Amino acid sequence: MQSFDLGKDGLRALNSSLHALKGQTNMTAWEVINPKGAHAIAAGVDAPVEITVRGSTGYYCAGMNKQATIRIKGSAGPGVAENMMSGTVIIDGDASQYAGATGRGGLLVIKGNASSRCGISMKGIDIVVHGNIGHMSCFMAQSGNVLVLGNAGEALGDSLYEARIFVRGTVKSLGADCIEKEMRDEHFLIVEDLLRQGEADGKAKPEEFRRYGSARKLYTFNIDNAAAY
Amino acid sequence: MTEFPKTPPRYSATFTPAVNAEIRRAAATGIYDIRGGGTKRHLPHFDDLLFLGASISRYPLEGYREKCATDVWLGTRFATKPIHLDIPITIAGMSFGALSGPAKEALGRGASAAGTSTTTGDGGMTEEERGHSKTLVYQYLPSRYGMNPDDLRRADAIEIVVGQGAKPGGGGMLLGQKISDRVANMRNLPKGIDQRSACRHPDWTGPDDLEIKILELREITNWEKPIYIKVGGARPYYDTALAVKAGADVVVLDGMQGGTAATQDVFIEHVGMPILACIPQAVKALQDLGMHRKVQLIVSGGIRSGADVAKAMALGADAVSIGTAALIALGDNDPKWEAEYQALGTTADAYDDWHEGRDPAGITTQDPELAARFDPVLGGRRLKNYLKVMTLEAQTIARACGKNHLHNLEPEDLCSLTIEAAAMAGVPLAGTNWIPGRTGF
Repeated sequence: MQSFDLGKDGLRALNSSLHALKGQTNMTAWEVINPKGAHAIAAGVDAPVEITVRGSTGYYCAGMNKQATIRIKGSAGPGVAENMMSGTVIIDGDASQYAGATGRGGLLVIKGNASSRCGISMKGIDIVVHGNIGHMSCFMAQSGNVLVLGNAGEALGDSLYEARIFVRGTVKSLGADCIEKEMRDEHFLIVEDLLRQGEADGKAKPEEFRRYGSARKLYTFNIDNAAAY
Repeated sequence: MTEFPKTPPRYSATFTPAVNAEIRRAAATGIYDIRGGGTKRHLPHFDDLLFLGASISRYPLEGYREKCATDVWLGTRFATKPIHLDIPITIAGMSFGALSGPAKEALGRGASAAGTSTTTGDGGMTEEERGHSKTLVYQYLPSRYGMNPDDLRRADAIEIVVGQGAKPGGGGMLLGQKISDRVANMRNLPKGIDQRSACRHPDWTGPDDLEIKILELREITNWEKPIYIKVGGARPYYDTALAVKAGADVVVLDGMQGGTAATQDVFIEHVGMPILACIPQAVKALQDLGMHRKVQLIVSGGIRSGADVAKAMALGADAVSIGTAALIALGDNDPKWEAEYQALGTTADAYDDWHEGRDPAGITTQDPELAARFDPVLGGRRLKNYLKVMTLEAQTIARACGKNHLHNLEPEDLCSLTIEAAAMAGVPLAGTNWIPGRTGF
């Protein structure tokens, strides 16, 4: 395993080393020590490597990740895994605002709670949150799945497009054009798969979740819906 | 029976026929008017400034003989690979989606042939424009439609869009009529539905966050790419200062004459400031911070000619950007399509329903038949010609002012024709030394 002391060698050296792995396969395990809340740790990685960050991270850890599996042994600051393309990001602790924002693919697992705007404008990513998610989560979410084992805050799924939201606990309120929908067989399978991938096996059962999605009433502007905007 | 003189019909200056027509249209349809382009109202503009030219105290350069350089470096503050352009006239961001693929190709062809850059837009980077643009600026927008790290790294610079002059504080809406399979696929949305572009970025909220976002973008692109920040003309002094604080290499400032693909007419006409009022404020912010010419300033909004270019640069800009003018150079609103404009209820040079996707010139459309009318090679040649003419015009004026580089133009070379322009531009009213607001009253 390659060990990198962020406090000693600095962010630029870390990310340069990780970016240089593109196309290589001989250094597949990395650990980053002394992250001390630094920003943009392991941002822009594009290689099938395993990176373990031993501590909490600042903004945009694993931003735009492709292929890599990144484990954060602490909590993550705002925008963790923003615009992720593929790969997996697993956070042992909590995640701050905008976790997984605009993510296009891959899997984001938050074992603690996620703050506001989790999954905002997501475009294909899957997000599993073992705890609760904050207000305005999944705002304008376009596609992908969000699985919440705990509760959701206000205005869940406001102005939602085609993303699917599964919540096990309570939802404080739904945002504009977000409604509860029927759980069909295919949805139970999606939830089952997300529980397994999200390291939440045994923590919950698919039948405990409710599904939320777009009513599709705001897809084309209509003056009679003006109060919803 | 005696006939007395009658009072002739008198139109209201408040409720004009145009105002009344809009009231009737709103009452009949229940929707506000959406259109493309920039403000159509009369505003203080570059036409209200004149160059003084050389005289006994100023020595002119010989036209066509003595060198007047036009090149510009952009991104010299932090980027390890700053951009060097032959001319200081760039092509503004216009999206694939708003424009057809061939139109984007033509912009790339024309800009590259003239030695300048073009810019992507909301919707991501297409192969047409990357392939035909020697220098391509990649817009990083709130919607993040089409955003991916590979295109980020294929770009020559990154422009973080905070706002635009046509609608500072507003997002966008690409109406369902223009959402073809390809556009829908690039934006990860179903075909045929209205696509909203958010007005705020999803993962940062203020200048302190923006500084960290810029750090992330620089890390992902190995600190090579110049980072621009584009703002609409709202509070140019503070926006410029905050952009510098956040770590911008380049500030792009777009006045309210700048165009948009589509937004509410009420937004276009009633929010923002004219570019003439914006430039001196932005330049002052850069000067106060000791960053003028170190952080470059690109201005846009109503640039039409080499005279406009020269005036913008005399006020302190490093370069300008054109959007609407570039579309007209390609063939937009050409009178040769007048019969079709008439059929759409408009006329050449007034057509602005770009959002409907029925552009007779085949530029602001995703309709394959209409788009096929447009020849990207010819369009590119026309744009190149236009850019060259603008450059020659600006050089002509600069030489007359004794300047061997467009960047040497200065406010002292200008006078104002109106009190308003004098106050906004900060140059004296012609024939006086009066700058309202600065010289005592």
